[in-house]
Amino acid sequence: MNGHSPRRTNLTARGEPMVWLTGGGLALATLMIAGLLLLVIFNGTMTFWPKRLAQTTTTTGATYLGEVTRGERFRLSPEQIAALPAEAAATLRATDNVAARKLLRTGNFDLTGDHFKWINSHEIARTEFPLEAWMFERQEWGVFVGFMEEVRVDGVAVASEPAATESKFREFHKAARDRYHQTRHIEKSEIGAVNARIEKLRLERRRAELLSGRDSARFRDVAASVAEQERVLEAEYATIGARVLAIRTEDARTTLLLREIGGRTKEIKLSEIVRAYPANRLNWFQQLGVYGSRWVEFLTDEPREANTEGGVLPAIFGTVMMTLIMSLAVAPFGVIAALYLREYAKQGPLLSAVRIAVNNLAGVPSIVFGVFGLGFFCYVVGGSIDNVFFAERLPSPTYGTGGVLWASLTLALLTVPVVIVATEEALAAVPGSMREGSYACGASKWQTIRRIVLPRAMPGVMTGLILAMARGAGEVAPLMITGVVKLAPELPVDGHWPFLHLHRSFMHLGFHIYDVGFQSPNSEAGKPMVFTTTLLLILLIGLLNLSAIYIRNRLRRRYIGAQF
Amino acid sequence: MTTVLEKPTAAAGPRDRQPAPTPPPTVPRVADEEQILEVRQFNLWYGAAQALFDINLSFPKGKVTALIGPSGCGKSTLIRCINRLNDLVDIVRIDGDMLLNGRSIYGRDVDVIELRKRTGMVFQKTNPFPMSIYENVIYSLRIDGENRKSILDETVERSLQRAALWDEVKDRLHQSALQMSGGQQQRLCIARAIAAEPEVLLMDEPCSALDPIATAKIEELIYQLRGLYSVIIVTHNMQQATRCSDYTAFFYLGKLVEYDATEKIFTNPGKKQTEDYVSGRFG
Repeated sequence: MNGHSPRRTNLTARGEPMVWLTGGGLALATLMIAGLLLLVIFNGTMTFWPKRLAQTTTTTGATYLGEVTRGERFRLSPEQIAALPAEAAATLRATDNVAARKLLRTGNFDLTGDHFKWINSHEIARTEFPLEAWMFERQEWGVFVGFMEEVRVDGVAVASEPAATESKFREFHKAARDRYHQTRHIEKSEIGAVNARIEKLRLERRRAELLSGRDSARFRDVAASVAEQERVLEAEYATIGARVLAIRTEDARTTLLLREIGGRTKEIKLSEIVRAYPANRLNWFQQLGVYGSRWVEFLTDEPREANTEGGVLPAIFGTVMMTLIMSLAVAPFGVIAALYLREYAKQGPLLSAVRIAVNNLAGVPSIVFGVFGLGFFCYVVGGSIDNVFFAERLPSPTYGTGGVLWASLTLALLTVPVVIVATEEALAAVPGSMREGSYACGASKWQTIRRIVLPRAMPGVMTGLILAMARGAGEVAPLMITGVVKLAPELPVDGHWPFLHLHRSFMHLGFHIYDVGFQSPNSEAGKPMVFTTTLLLILLIGLLNLSAIYIRNRLRRRYIGAQF
Repeated sequence: MTTVLEKPTAAAGPRDRQPAPTPPPTVPRVADEEQILEVRQFNLWYGAAQALFDINLSFPKGKVTALIGPSGCGKSTLIRCINRLNDLVDIVRIDGDMLLNGRSIYGRDVDVIELRKRTGMVFQKTNPFPMSIYENVIYSLRIDGENRKSILDETVERSLQRAALWDEVKDRLHQSALQMSGGQQQRLCIARAIAAEPEVLLMDEPCSALDPIATAKIEELIYQLRGLYSVIIVTHNMQQATRCSDYTAFFYLGKLVEYDATEKIFTNPGKKQTEDYVSGRFG
């Protein structure tokens, strides 16, 4: 001590409490986000991991075989406990009437009428994991859980010993699946092409009817030529149909006889089995193989089983396409509006009102935008387009109904305030010295804006676009009424001219989550899919944002520089 | 230091003022050389506050003329009137006229964009455009639609050499101008200003944001530009005015106090106010 005591600074003056308060706020926000992400990532990544099949025998003698999906605790009423055997009742009373139960995914819906079965823990006599139990993922009717009995060709068993059956199954299964994919391919592309041509002919005749009238010579000519071409096409159609039938007949020859735990049997075609594995015999690498194969199917295939199984490729495609079209629409629109607001309009009360209105637009419930999109884009704009360009297709609408273009434009409308606000700020941040420099060189106002102000503001515009994309890609409500559907058999891009079909309805990951999780007849089976799809949507938006951020950083390096 | 400007009286408003008598009674000339720019009876108001009072001034061709004076004396305002940059400020009103090479600047049928192409300007804050060094130099040609590569290349080399920057940047002409040092950026701005061969080169405190070494280079450059261009430079730094200018005008509170050869202003000023300022007694 050197004689004089230092003056104490009080706590608030030093700001310690504020550091804790602000730090705490950030920690809380981070925890919530991290918690949500962890939940989604954990559940999303674990969905496809194959589980063991538990064979559970209850005290009443019933036997169930299935995957243990999850467990929960519940409380029994005293009457229910009184009805139980004395020993079990005593145990439950000791645990305050709380019992546990497990959800078994028993499958075999076509035989039992159930996909899942709750089993109370206190009623379980024993649980085994039979090595010969198999899990079959089928094209329809959900999973089959049970045992292989026989492989049959033309109704005659070619193998009935377990080992022989398994090897025969493996031998025949790949060829059967190939036949299945072959028929699917023929149906989609070849029959699709013939159908498209028949539809084109029909439209040609209809167009002639609209233009020249039903009694005109021209209509008769067109109708005759169309009828002739239709005959050719129908012959073609019949040929293709015969080929498909041949494959189907071949396919129906190889079947597999399955037995469920209760003893009932079921004969199914080999081609209907998507994937089969002996769940209790898999080592870790084989489990990884099943896991990987399910992911591949998820990312590259179409949905099956009312979207609760299979892949989401059409939804991934739809989401990305919609977001890109939205960005293409919203960026120029927002930038042009912001340019006028900031550079040309006379600042005053009217402009402030416009600015407030734009900002408030961001607060309008998104479903309202959906209703506007449906009314304006689909019915007014789309209806007019149909009347002018697609009259021959009426009354079935082309653009006059929900589609990927209208959904994208609706979202563009929804996100345009974000772009306008961000662009305006970026324009305001362009140094006045730069503008003056340009004017002093003899540039006009527009030349200054185009050559100096806009490039310099581009990174800010990109920031707005990133925010708009994040908002738009995660939006579902307005899409539900402007073009998103549960299942879209045709992608908006395909091999038929003009290749890009912006009028088509599409699938979307956000809507897929809602549909699988809450609209599915078998929602328990869809639950894991909800997490996986959510994970995918988050990854997809992250990816879109990262690419936008990459572009922004490049622009920043180019136009703003690191000096000063 | 006082920067309060005199409030204009009602009678001093431009609308009530009689048209400036032409030819003006006395336009101070410091030499019998050819004159490049004449300022006649020039007044300027920011809203209600008058910033320039009856300025009459004539700048000789091919020489460097410095405008000095304390902050707020109107020297920057005057230089920004020469290329009509003050038009961009809504509240500015002016009265009087200037003649660039005998042609009116504030006349009714003057094309401002054409006028600005006849003048080049270098600013206090370096302001290279967000593009390559090459594109910066030829900006004024580009906006005129000049796309012939031979002409552009030639302009870039000539301008950068005159701005004493060529040797430093000739190997990276197509890199961003924003990655240069502050002094290089300012010399680039000078190259950009002289690329279009302006009739007069305006410099608004070009060294005030630079370190002493960069400042020395710019001063050296200004000295070399004498003869090639007519330079009007606003500066706060009196040593700078002595080092690189031929003539000096001293402004105080919006009025031209004294205008003469630089040597005379700094060694033997004719007015007490000038003497007080250049000797550092105020300002």
